[in-house]
Amino acid sequence: MIIYICAGDPSPDATPDLVRRLAAAGADIIELGLPHSDPIADGPTIQAAAQRAIAAGMNTDVYFQMASLADVAVPKVFMGYYNMIYARGLDKFASDCARSGISGMIVPDLPPEEAVPLKDACIRHGVDLIFLAAPNTPPERLKMIVEETSGFTYLVARIGVTGARSDIAADTRGLIARVPGNKPKAVGFGISTPAQAAEVVRAGADAAIVGSVCVDLIARGEIERLEQLVRDMKSAIRAVKLQ
Amino acid sequence: MKPQLCEEFAVRFGRYGGLFVPETLVQPLKELAEAYERLMKDGEFHSELNLLLKHFAGRPTPLYFARNLSRELKCRIYLKREDLVHGGAHKLNNTLGQALVAKRMGKTRLIAETGAGQHGVATAIVGANLGFETQVYMGEVDIERQKMNVYRMELMGAEVIPVRSGSRTLKDAINEAMRDWAASFEHTHYLLGTAAGAHPFPSMVRDFQSVIGHEAREQILEAEGRMPRSIVACVGGGSNAMGIFAPFLKDDVRLLAVEAGGRGPGRTDKIADNGASMGYGSDGILHGALTKILQDPFGQILESYSVAAGLDYPGVGPELAYLAETGRVLPKLADDKTALQGFRALSRLEGIIPALESAHAVGYAMQEPEALGDLAIINISGRGDKDLATVMDYENL
Repeated sequence: MIIYICAGDPSPDATPDLVRRLAAAGADIIELGLPHSDPIADGPTIQAAAQRAIAAGMNTDVYFQMASLADVAVPKVFMGYYNMIYARGLDKFASDCARSGISGMIVPDLPPEEAVPLKDACIRHGVDLIFLAAPNTPPERLKMIVEETSGFTYLVARIGVTGARSDIAADTRGLIARVPGNKPKAVGFGISTPAQAAEVVRAGADAAIVGSVCVDLIARGEIERLEQLVRDMKSAIRAVKLQ
Repeated sequence: MKPQLCEEFAVRFGRYGGLFVPETLVQPLKELAEAYERLMKDGEFHSELNLLLKHFAGRPTPLYFARNLSRELKCRIYLKREDLVHGGAHKLNNTLGQALVAKRMGKTRLIAETGAGQHGVATAIVGANLGFETQVYMGEVDIERQKMNVYRMELMGAEVIPVRSGSRTLKDAINEAMRDWAASFEHTHYLLGTAAGAHPFPSMVRDFQSVIGHEAREQILEAEGRMPRSIVACVGGGSNAMGIFAPFLKDDVRLLAVEAGGRGPGRTDKIADNGASMGYGSDGILHGALTKILQDPFGQILESYSVAAGLDYPGVGPELAYLAETGRVLPKLADDKTALQGFRALSRLEGIIPALESAHAVGYAMQEPEALGDLAIINISGRGDKDLATVMDYENL
């Protein structure tokens, strides 16, 4: 189970402790979002979190400090928009990831065709570059994406943007089923309940990615409920895997 | 080991351009690019578009010899009268073209972004005329500034959706339209209004707007028997500039692209005092393309500023960024004050009230007449009726 939070929301200082608590509650990977002014792949929940975090003083320098301070045993993965990486310099960004214990990068506005320079930087610094596939990705392209990705393939559960939804779309199951090869696949966008997380794992995913609902609970200051949700998700997924 | 990545994934202009979008939008953009490339070779498509441009939009627009302005500046100046296009601006050239593409693709709904409201109005016009459901994203701040255009869009049956995210202006309206399109592409066409964004938008918008330059070329040859020494156009995203420049790229003509100097070169943490991405910006990715943008050192996009809402955008089309870098296009600045001078001067000297956007081109020409040579064309991209309240407020400050 992969848990996404927006770094710096509600404040940069709160982030390392949040990461530790999520890891302790059972998150297998922590996805640490770097807030951007123009997050085109995100729905209202994560947009609002990004605005709060930027207002609270989050920037790329602070991001890497907080990531270093969040010393957990589980992997940490960067998620953010390409301009933030481009502005810092691709090599410096990948190197900063490696130095602050971030083992992979998810860049939602960077398709593999545009990612060759960043991929070279990631290889130099031993950081995974994780690509996304969507329900409308045609088979040939899906094959290319799965070949190009490292770490895992991020399957976008539905068309549209991030945000909690009440159901899992039929084409999510279709997408999981048609991913070729044996690389791990994680499903995100719209997953907010233990039942949904269990459902995508039952459909063949290796992990569920849960974001907006966590961001929402953090925004309300309900950290204990968040920890409980992570524990519930974890046991729902474990129950499916044991079947 | 490494699979061959498709080299023609997206058209590039030097290092600028590309297709930096979420995976969900890759396929819709590819389909759009294919449809547009196919239709550009389709004679029937062109006949249909040309009929609409002639009988509905009112083309060709005149190339008018501005004798009073010419006398004032000691240079022969012609005005390309895009202010006379139906709807009051050049924007309809592009919306007609894209709406016909959308129709051939079987789309039933149009979405668009708008800043000043001109592109929103031009989209509402084609929506009504060609039978699309139309929704226009507009920043809350802009809705307040441009109430008349909101009403015009609604009269023509378009729904205006207020954008409350981010800076609540044009850049956020584009973000919101992209988010909508990522979920609605099956039946919806995203009708982007400027020559910016991901492939194929920069090329497609340039092509549909280049009717301006093709006409101007023929008209100036007929009137003067020679090429102009210079062409002046204002630049926000760059659609009217690319439209008039494109057919002259291979000629010995100075192409002067006038950006919004706003209040000057200053900036705070989040807000630039201008809209001059070529003048004051740096390389970065915005709305799907690598281009020149206004950003902070960490890559956060700044809010831009200009008295002209249509130039109030923190990016520029990738082709213009490239042409500026190679020196083929010369980026210039006109600040608010210069634009207001151009606005007043053209009204007074020629009896033509230009849009505040176009007034930047006029103001620049008046400030630097020596840059024009002895024969120049200024693109009057729109008419100024929409700006009267803004100008009155500005004068009262």
